[in-house]
Amino acid sequence: METKNKIRVLIAKPGLDGHDKGAKIVCLALRDAGFEVIYSGLHQSLDQIIRTATQEAVDVIGLSIMSGAHLPISEKLIAMMNKNGLGDIKLTVGGVIPNRDIPTLKEMGVAQVFPGGTSFDKITTGMKLLFK
Amino acid sequence: MLKIDDIRSGSHLAGARLIRLIEDNEPSAIELLKSLYANTGKAFIIGITGSPGVGKSTLIDALIFQFRELSKKVAVIAVDPTSPYTGGAILGDRLRMQRHATDPDVFIRSMASRGQTGGLSRAAKDATTVLDAMGFDIIIIETVGAGQAQFDIASLAHCVGIVSIPSSGDGIQAVKAGILETGDIFIVNKSDTPDADLSFIELCGMLEMRQSREFLRTLPPGLPPKTDNGHPTWQPKVLKTIAQDGTGIKELTHTFLSYLDFMKKNNLLKSKQKTQEKLYFKTLLKDLILEKINGFMDESKYVETALNDIQLNITDPISAAQHVVNKTIGHKIKE
Repeated sequence: METKNKIRVLIAKPGLDGHDKGAKIVCLALRDAGFEVIYSGLHQSLDQIIRTATQEAVDVIGLSIMSGAHLPISEKLIAMMNKNGLGDIKLTVGGVIPNRDIPTLKEMGVAQVFPGGTSFDKITTGMKLLFK
Repeated sequence: MLKIDDIRSGSHLAGARLIRLIEDNEPSAIELLKSLYANTGKAFIIGITGSPGVGKSTLIDALIFQFRELSKKVAVIAVDPTSPYTGGAILGDRLRMQRHATDPDVFIRSMASRGQTGGLSRAAKDATTVLDAMGFDIIIIETVGAGQAQFDIASLAHCVGIVSIPSSGDGIQAVKAGILETGDIFIVNKSDTPDADLSFIELCGMLEMRQSREFLRTLPPGLPPKTDNGHPTWQPKVLKTIAQDGTGIKELTHTFLSYLDFMKKNNLLKSKQKTQEKLYFKTLLKDLILEKINGFMDESKYVETALNDIQLNITDPISAAQHVVNKTIGHKIKE
């Protein structure tokens, strides 16, 4: 699974939910798979996420959402990404995501959805596949 | 694609993407970088270094705040290590600075050291060139320790701040590691913990010894000289801070700025920059030559025959290598 360049990923926790054990462990799994991982920290506004992704020149933003607000957050973030010249960056969403919402997220433009219980292997290969 | 004017006008998007191309060794980045040089030389470059856990990132977060109070535009390059096993990296420094993420006059960029020889060095140096051209007044580079990289922090920053914490034995450790020679400003962070005064006094003592010794020796080649006989030299300062609550940060900010004033007033900044430019140029030359040589070694018939001869015991490896060098580039170097 060698890609030419390193993949830089921003793992971001938007909004109010304060649980980031999962996000941090995903950061470690991605690091071990050879990614360069930037972790945003908790309680990020979408503006903070956009500016961080801009300054860090990442290839992919991985949102970790447990609050149930994944649909409106993803929709708004995608609009902001397009507006800020980040339309070419991939967006993935993980966390507490009911299966019935996955098609809706994909339709919005979310590249991959990793609901709770997804194996690390699936996450890391899934992310790499975005750049094949 | 990337436009040079967007970078000159300070676009975060364009600047960040150019730095990315530089990191990835994209040839297109080199051309852009070349044309940016004319716009550089205005920024004050500060290096912040120290062992893991001494509070470098938190300190920089507080410094950003103070520099912003003075209406300075601030950029940060925070370098974290790449895993030698997997090539991956967790870049966690900006986590402590995230409150500045929405400030349009602050730019924070994490960078992985990426292992390869000169990798960090060149990319970090070239990134400062981009940020300088983007119009930032202050560029802060955060690195762990004083690495053995051919291009370490002292050859890149105008001013090096070394962060330590009380009770870490840093007074003695610093002498061992030879870090003391590199620092212009020494910061005892977390100074609300016991032994802060002791560490402070120890550091001051060490620095006094350094100053008296400086009359007796010259620094290793390549490093900017610390003394200039007959001319005034910057006397290293020691400061106590508590980065977490901002104690001592205002003083630290002013010490950095007074360093800059001092260096400018005494014409020392120019000579320091000159030394650093020379070092950078030599690194560039070495890299370019090495690239050519690596290509040559993969293709050359001379190398192939020499390897055969060594294997057949016709010649020894030393003579064979000398022979190849003389046959190929030996005479050219003399020119």
